Amino acid sequence: MTQIELRGVQKWFGSNQVIKDMNLDIADGEFIVMLGQSGCGKTTTLRAIAGLETIDEGDILIDGSAVQHLKCSDRDIAMVFQSFSLYPHMTVYQNIAFPLHATRTSSADADKRVREIAGVLRITDLLERRPSALSGGDMQRVAIGRALVRQPKAMLMDEPIGALDTKLREEMRAEIKRLHVRQGSTTIYVTHDQVEAMSLADRIVIMHEGVLQQVGTPEEVYGHPENLFVAQFVGSPVMNVADAKVADEGGKVRIHLDPADPGFEFPRELLSRLNGHAAGGLKVGVRPEGILVSHEAKAGYVPLEAQIIEPLGSHDIVDLKVGTGMIRARTPSGFVPKVGEKVHARIDPAQAHFFDTGSGKSLGVRL
Amino acid sequence: MAHIELRNISKTFGAKTALRGLDLEIEDGQFFVLLGETGAGKTTTLRIVAGLEKPSEGDVLIDGVNVNDWGAAERDVALVLQQYSLYPRYTVRENLEFPLKSRIRQVDAADIAERVDRVAKTLQITHLLDRKTDKLSGGEMQRVSIGRAIVRQPRVFLMDEPLSALDAKLREALRTELKNLQMNLGATFLFVTHDQVEAMSMGDRIGVLDRGKLVQVGTPAEVYGNPRNTFVAQSVGSPPMNLFDGKLSSGKAVADAGFSLPVAAKANGSTDGRQLTFGIRPEDMFLESGGQAKAEIHDIENHGVAKIVTLRAGETLFRLTTSARDSLAIDETVNFSWNPEKVVLFDKTSGMSLRHSA
Repeated sequence: MTQIELRGVQKWFGSNQVIKDMNLDIADGEFIVMLGQSGCGKTTTLRAIAGLETIDEGDILIDGSAVQHLKCSDRDIAMVFQSFSLYPHMTVYQNIAFPLHATRTSSADADKRVREIAGVLRITDLLERRPSALSGGDMQRVAIGRALVRQPKAMLMDEPIGALDTKLREEMRAEIKRLHVRQGSTTIYVTHDQVEAMSLADRIVIMHEGVLQQVGTPEEVYGHPENLFVAQFVGSPVMNVADAKVADEGGKVRIHLDPADPGFEFPRELLSRLNGHAAGGLKVGVRPEGILVSHEAKAGYVPLEAQIIEPLGSHDIVDLKVGTGMIRARTPSGFVPKVGEKVHARIDPAQAHFFDTGSGKSLGVRL
Repeated sequence: MAHIELRNISKTFGAKTALRGLDLEIEDGQFFVLLGETGAGKTTTLRIVAGLEKPSEGDVLIDGVNVNDWGAAERDVALVLQQYSLYPRYTVRENLEFPLKSRIRQVDAADIAERVDRVAKTLQITHLLDRKTDKLSGGEMQRVSIGRAIVRQPRVFLMDEPLSALDAKLREALRTELKNLQMNLGATFLFVTHDQVEAMSMGDRIGVLDRGKLVQVGTPAEVYGNPRNTFVAQSVGSPPMNLFDGKLSSGKAVADAGFSLPVAAKANGSTDGRQLTFGIRPEDMFLESGGQAKAEIHDIENHGVAKIVTLRAGETLFRLTTSARDSLAIDETVNFSWNPEKVVLFDKTSGMSLRHSA
């Protein structure tokens, strides 16, 4: 049982603040992914939890007791890094068993645990080999085995599969997830890859410039981003975002993304929901699948010209001209036969997001 | 503006054969993508067209003229590489002017200024013109490299993985920019990549290279929907096409993985009992409570807009796409089916699609 809590954590490197007032609760058995670009503070946060980095202010609590003054070795936490850091002169067996020497585990017990963990990771056949004879994926399996063998309170992983090639990365990602489902140990995993985060996490922690942006399940982060950064960081292709001018046309409300566009129709209740924000400083965001398309003219749909079609096989991404700008729509493959043709399109009001231009914060308005 | 033709090109480096009997035609104004893994021969092909490499056999024709004996400069092609080879001490403007200042071109100063300004505007780098190139980001540098290629209005653009070194978001943005640029210029592009998303999304036509041999040439839709063999089937599409070994038995695919599902009967030569490989795209398979086949969930990949689920039937892993709203759990047993119309039959031994070989 391991809960981890960060309270008001601050960290500077010289005059550069890399963690800014970080507060986070991690429940027992949770798989947390910290997601962000390089330099956002995610690795520093992970290292601070592990005890490899000190913090300047705040508390780090493991199971309710503050550990920020404890050494790394006294926190009972295991780390796995991108570089495998195995002992080259030891066999796989010796590598995995190594952490148990320090904990005075009886050799019979150690043997049992090494074999058990090797079985889970499917490396039983490799136990007598040396690391130099292993593939990248197997080396990372051994590194994970070594981290897990002493049954740590929590498992921290820093881009553990970032150095592997695409296919192996997908395989290992599935394995890490399955291992977690089976072992249930509290895990914090750092990555810059949003697909990895979406696929692995119970909850995603998104960081940018040392500031925590949002914590939520993959569905929450994708479907209800709290600000523009999260909205455009998660999801591929990125969410369309444009300045919005709201025009009240009596019976209807139209949103213009460009002075020259015909305007996208929205239900009237949008006005009251926006509550004054309609006046200015408003951005509208919509994911490519939130642009609805039709071959025939339909109420609420406006004709738009296709400027670029990206066929991806299972579907197309089509760039539609909106005045001088562009919005990207996800359509069935071959839906728009060629560039220059017009389709009727609308922004699905239920999939539209509204942000304050100044702060970038979501207004929390969903229709 | 140019039409390119490669006739029976072979290239050997010592004992190693890089290209074997390559025939290829690129029409004027076409965006042609060569797709292949490292070592497939795609860069060699590009360098042969550029005149940086001589073919061991075969002819290179540009606009119908055999250019085998022409040097790289005479061919009037522009090359953009993954590494942006810009002059670091020069400003962006000086880098763009450079190709026009060569003595053999004799472009006058007013003309140079006009062309540089127009190119800068096209690539949205006008605000960077007076900056030194070492102060630019990766995406900006690649734009300048492309600008330097465009400014001298070459007959052909040759691009060797120009987007590979950029991060995912930037790659996505530059992909459409590049495609847009090519359409506006109406230029002939030969673009080389190992990334199937780039190939599918940008190419008018794609050529798939496998170990020095051109396996299939077609539009993205042809290559995706009607792959010539299992290699092509797995080269395009993400996730790739699922392949199941098995046999046909009274209108059903009986897979070695331990399930059987119907197949639309129209393939030629697919007699019952023959060893086949059944190919089906992840988006043509469905989770259905009434589905006739069973599998366990091995992994779930969440893409926000959709989920990609890896299933396990026997020892075989395969993937299908499903709605992001489906709630699924690892190790859960599920029923599935597929669209019988979309199953592609391959000969198990040769890997050739029966549609192509018949």
